[in-house]
Amino acid sequence: MSGTLTNSSTGRGRPLSWQNLGRTVAGGYLPLAMATLVVFLPLLWMLLSSLKAPGEIVTTDLALWPRNPSLQNYADAASTVPFARFFLNSVIVTVVGSTIKCILAIFTAYALVFVRFPFKRVIFLLILVALMVPPQVSVLPNYVLIAGMGGLNTYWGIILPGLGTAFGTFLLRQHFLTLPQAILESAEIDGAGHWRKLWKIVVPVSIPSIATVALVTIVSEWNEYIWPLIVTDHPDMMTLPVGLTQLVNSDGGTQNWGMLMAGAVIVLLPILIIFAALQRYIVSGLTQGSVTG
Amino acid sequence: MGRSDIGAATQRTPTTTRSNPARLATADAVLPPGEAALPRPSRPRLEARRWNKRTRRDALVFVAFAAPNVLLILLFTYRPLITNIYYSTLDWTLGAASATSVGLGNYVEFFDSPDASAVLGVTAIFTVTTVGGAMALGLLVALTLNQRLKGRTFARAVVFAPYVLSGVGVGLVWLFIFDPTYGVLSWMLRGIGQLSPQWVNDPKLALVMVILVYVWKNLGYCAVVYLAGLQSVPPQLLEAASLDGASSARRFVSIVVPLLSPTTFFLLITTLLSSLQAFDIIRIMTPSGNGTSTLIFDSYLQAFGSYNRAGYSAAISVVLFLALLIMTAVQLRFVERKVHYS
Repeated sequence: MSGTLTNSSTGRGRPLSWQNLGRTVAGGYLPLAMATLVVFLPLLWMLLSSLKAPGEIVTTDLALWPRNPSLQNYADAASTVPFARFFLNSVIVTVVGSTIKCILAIFTAYALVFVRFPFKRVIFLLILVALMVPPQVSVLPNYVLIAGMGGLNTYWGIILPGLGTAFGTFLLRQHFLTLPQAILESAEIDGAGHWRKLWKIVVPVSIPSIATVALVTIVSEWNEYIWPLIVTDHPDMMTLPVGLTQLVNSDGGTQNWGMLMAGAVIVLLPILIIFAALQRYIVSGLTQGSVTG
Repeated sequence: MGRSDIGAATQRTPTTTRSNPARLATADAVLPPGEAALPRPSRPRLEARRWNKRTRRDALVFVAFAAPNVLLILLFTYRPLITNIYYSTLDWTLGAASATSVGLGNYVEFFDSPDASAVLGVTAIFTVTTVGGAMALGLLVALTLNQRLKGRTFARAVVFAPYVLSGVGVGLVWLFIFDPTYGVLSWMLRGIGQLSPQWVNDPKLALVMVILVYVWKNLGYCAVVYLAGLQSVPPQLLEAASLDGASSARRFVSIVVPLLSPTTFFLLITTLLSSLQAFDIIRIMTPSGNGTSTLIFDSYLQAFGSYNRAGYSAAISVVLFLALLIMTAVQLRFVERKVHYS
């Protein structure tokens, strides 16, 4: 980002010339633009299509921009299935689930790093291996368990099985290990216990890491599909991704692309906005462990 | 590298704990004043008093802090692995009160039926092509992003974006693009005088379609991880090779690729694991699994599709889990040795 076009050529000791300029465009800007467009255009197409009238979609003569942009497709989606309710459910599940997961991760990571316990290594290993266990494999047994407890079509039934958090614990533990011991020492002299050390020192200095864990958790809770799909069959309890499936299967849903794109926008846009604002944290959280951990 | 870091971090724990000045300081409080003035680190006498009042309280704090999370992980992550094995020995309709034990019958049925080769074949094709495709394209994008270009931070974010989006939403967007009548793709094909193929109805093309969309969604992850790897390649090394007359292709093959091998290894493991678990895109784009029944999707369809065959589904889940386990073990055993660590 720091270099300009001229810098990029002179920086490597090459003179600025038309040949170099050509090379920078062909080997740099062209593929860069292509990669960006390949990602951007389908999403733009979704947004534009959601604003089009049915006649502009069910046609073989495509136009890029909607002639009379309207929110009719959104209204149609909301009258076909309870979309507002799906949205509310998704918000509830995401907020409650992510909050509890983050708190659990903070407590567990603090215990693993700062509290003495004989079987700490074993517990850490247990959490580490859980990172590798595919959640999809546990769907059937968890369904039987939650159904037996009467958790089908309930918020707690959707939230509970995903609450144990190996990812957040691991990420926070790695961060807590890097904290300088001196800051805890001074609190200790003041006679602070673990509770106060956790909330008055460790958490305040770890806000960026906690934000990373929180954002990654929010994104995955919002997108979670297979579990809510199985555990809900009543429209009033469905989350957005499940509700979108419901919309596809509804009477007016098949091939009603304008309405389906409106539904897709409702699912994708909140995460896109969060990502646009805070992508640095999200990218670092999701690619953690790849290079320097 | 993630893996080696984990190991290093694990070994660091006891040191951190023992030299934790906070704990030493509180333990000092119960010692005679003269002792407390001694230098802090590593005191055998402190170590000997393992179960004094302070450590007992620490143990209680540990349990209170860690137990909820650990119990949830045991209950909803580990317990299902064992329950699945038990379920897989049953002939059991989901929802039915009783089941009959059939031993390994479900496994025999799966591997005897033509389903097995179809499902395993689709899983293999899907996994290999998505992992290979996302990693190769990701590396290309990373090489582009590694140049000093204006707007590359923006491009990096855009390319990564699909990775954080809901697979259901993404799948729908692409289903519209692939629509044989009203999709953009059919419009483009008509432009060159071609008819759009029936992407969803043709089993082979349906698989191609979900592979393309899955790669589109995941290549940004590979690109960003590869980019971080590329940025850790020392520029002096490349300059020296350049002065020695090595071409850029030669520099790439002889310097960059070997130095990237830890990144490649990390990506191989993480993308393999996630490809084998791919569900959202496949479910929304091809609900009946016509040509796209991977292990995970077949397991879902058997239990929660129209069949309600819980025992059979559990058997497929166990097969999937074993596949994941073996693959991880093989990678750890054989691949890591050949990886270059700087």
